Amino acid sequence: MSTIVSIEGVGKRYRLRHRAPAARYETLRDAIAGAASAPLRWFNDARPASVTEDFWALRDVSFDVGRGEVVGIIGRNGAGKSTLLKILSRITEPTAGRVTLHGRVASLLEVGTGFHPELTGRENIFLNGSILGMSRAEIVRKFDAIVSFAGVERFLDTPVKRYSSGMYVRLAFAVAAHLEPEVLVVDEVLAVGDIEFQQRSLGKMQEVSRGGRTVLFVSHNMAAINSLTSRTVLLDRGRVMFDGPTSEAIGRYAQLAGRAAASGTLGRGAHSTVLAAQLVDAFGQPTAHYTPGAPLRIEVVVETDGWPALSIEVFLVDAMQQKIAMASLHQFEGIVLPHTAGRYRTTLDLQPVWLASGAYSIDVTTSVVNSSWDHYVDNAASLEVVASNPGGRPWDFRHDFGYGAFALPCARKPEFIAESHDPG
Amino acid sequence: MKLVIEPGRATAHYWRDLWRYRELMSFLAWRDVAVRYKQTAIGLAWALIRPALTLLVFVAFRRMAGLRQGEVPDALLVLAAVLPWQFFSSALLETSNSLIGNTALIAKVYFPRLIIPIAAVATAFVDFLVTLILLAVLMPWYGAPAGLPLLALPVFVALAAALSLGLGLLMAALTVSYRDFRYIVPFVVQLGLFVSPVAFATSQVPDRWRTLYSLNPMVGIIDGFRWSILSGRTPIEAPVLGVSVALTLAILTVGVWYFRRTERGFADAI
Repeated sequence: MSTIVSIEGVGKRYRLRHRAPAARYETLRDAIAGAASAPLRWFNDARPASVTEDFWALRDVSFDVGRGEVVGIIGRNGAGKSTLLKILSRITEPTAGRVTLHGRVASLLEVGTGFHPELTGRENIFLNGSILGMSRAEIVRKFDAIVSFAGVERFLDTPVKRYSSGMYVRLAFAVAAHLEPEVLVVDEVLAVGDIEFQQRSLGKMQEVSRGGRTVLFVSHNMAAINSLTSRTVLLDRGRVMFDGPTSEAIGRYAQLAGRAAASGTLGRGAHSTVLAAQLVDAFGQPTAHYTPGAPLRIEVVVETDGWPALSIEVFLVDAMQQKIAMASLHQFEGIVLPHTAGRYRTTLDLQPVWLASGAYSIDVTTSVVNSSWDHYVDNAASLEVVASNPGGRPWDFRHDFGYGAFALPCARKPEFIAESHDPG
Repeated sequence: MKLVIEPGRATAHYWRDLWRYRELMSFLAWRDVAVRYKQTAIGLAWALIRPALTLLVFVAFRRMAGLRQGEVPDALLVLAAVLPWQFFSSALLETSNSLIGNTALIAKVYFPRLIIPIAAVATAFVDFLVTLILLAVLMPWYGAPAGLPLLALPVFVALAAALSLGLGLLMAALTVSYRDFRYIVPFVVQLGLFVSPVAFATSQVPDRWRTLYSLNPMVGIIDGFRWSILSGRTPIEAPVLGVSVALTLAILTVGVWYFRRTERGFADAI
């Protein structure tokens, strides 16, 4: 098997620029002086007001991919998967190392890139196909196949802004699925659309991989990785942690995700002790992933000396270490810990929330009601939200966009009641 | 086919890639044209209304200010300047904003980034072609003969396109890192209208300001338009035209150079 993609010692460094704390405005006079000099600041490379820090998103990554091989790439958020795909797709340059490609590469980092809402389905097929690297002749040849895969025959001449979200995603995926490169680089594109369509997309991907094409496939969907690939590369903090059989890679990934929660001793409180806390799924199995819109279940094991007024509080903490939500046994539910000394296990079965995608941690504490924290455990568990799209739309609502931590989807579809009509 | 990706290596096949992606360029230009007048009642007519109203206002202004000169119809004199100015200014504005208007594409797909600003100029060019209708109506109306100089018009159109592309590349690349330029460009375009011979003719500029005034590369281009459309009835001075051509080429070179130099960081910085 000849090598088609060869990655040797690839690294990517980003420069993070922080404003030095000393630059905070202390007085109004400082603020005015600062504002007056600010327009000129960027001409001056010395930038006394900021400090830079190097961050290696990828470090010394090497592996080869053989012709016709289907390789999965997994890792936690921020492990460097997307950066690696961007380098392979030539969107961004590596800072170090070298990638050699012996064939035409097409990359699919997003479904529907360049779709324009005002254009019709027909127009968008041509535009999107061209953006993905197809020639006009190629698109004309595959046009009928694309349309029938997407099932949008009747709406070809309707602007896609009037499409349902399902139709939109189907059309976008259909165009991408008809790419015929020698190497296909795919990022998390199966996470959109309804279940039925996800199944069909998965089928299409299997067809592609069986057709002898080389595929590099990033996903958080371990079931998809498992069914499509036999070899998987596990990235962690920019480095290759493991490269080998998929089942083993997935096992190590689970260990990695669980490690954060299990680390360290937690200490004791005066009356009570939080012994363990973890996120569990619907079957009570520990998990590191939370699917927005599903109940949030947190299992806590506590020990109490029987003190009559002890409560448990749980805080959801975002990546910036801000508390964004709280659950409270006493304040919200009117319940306290049992008055008999002992060790108890309880599950807080919290109402579903539409959490933005990103990494979060959970602080768990016991408290003496209306008085003080008894045993406060920072970072008792961590959880990750891989994708957040409450309406099933392709747009992933990410926490790091800065638009908040929770989506507020409508309980029912808004209707527009005309208040006046334009006479025209 | 073998492709090597290394730091600093992106330049290797750049121009060949640019040629290979020419279809994408026409698709992007077509998209912008197609989208621009969607859901408008009068559609492409907007491309005519803007220059027509500008023309009316400037003709009225010239009459009030006593700027009219005898030999050539005033409306044609002004129109011959409004057309290239509007082409230049809209091409410049669109090119400058073209990169940040296509953030999703830049962050998710590879192609030579030069395609985006070039497509923006092409979009403005389509509008310009529509505005030529005004010329086709007004020239016979005033009985102005189309002479041999009209054949030189494409040269001046090309100069205006090159100048707007050169400046636009510079502004677009700078806007990626410094959004300040989103405010600077419209302001420069607004000022430019007053220091370019749109509402007046070059011959009406006082002699002592002439040298400084000729450093505006649009002067030679607009004078060229007038000369070409009015069949040589307005003068064109070789040194002024020479300065325009030289400056246009210099700006285009600097624009392409700076754009190419910063291009590989666009996906990270935008």
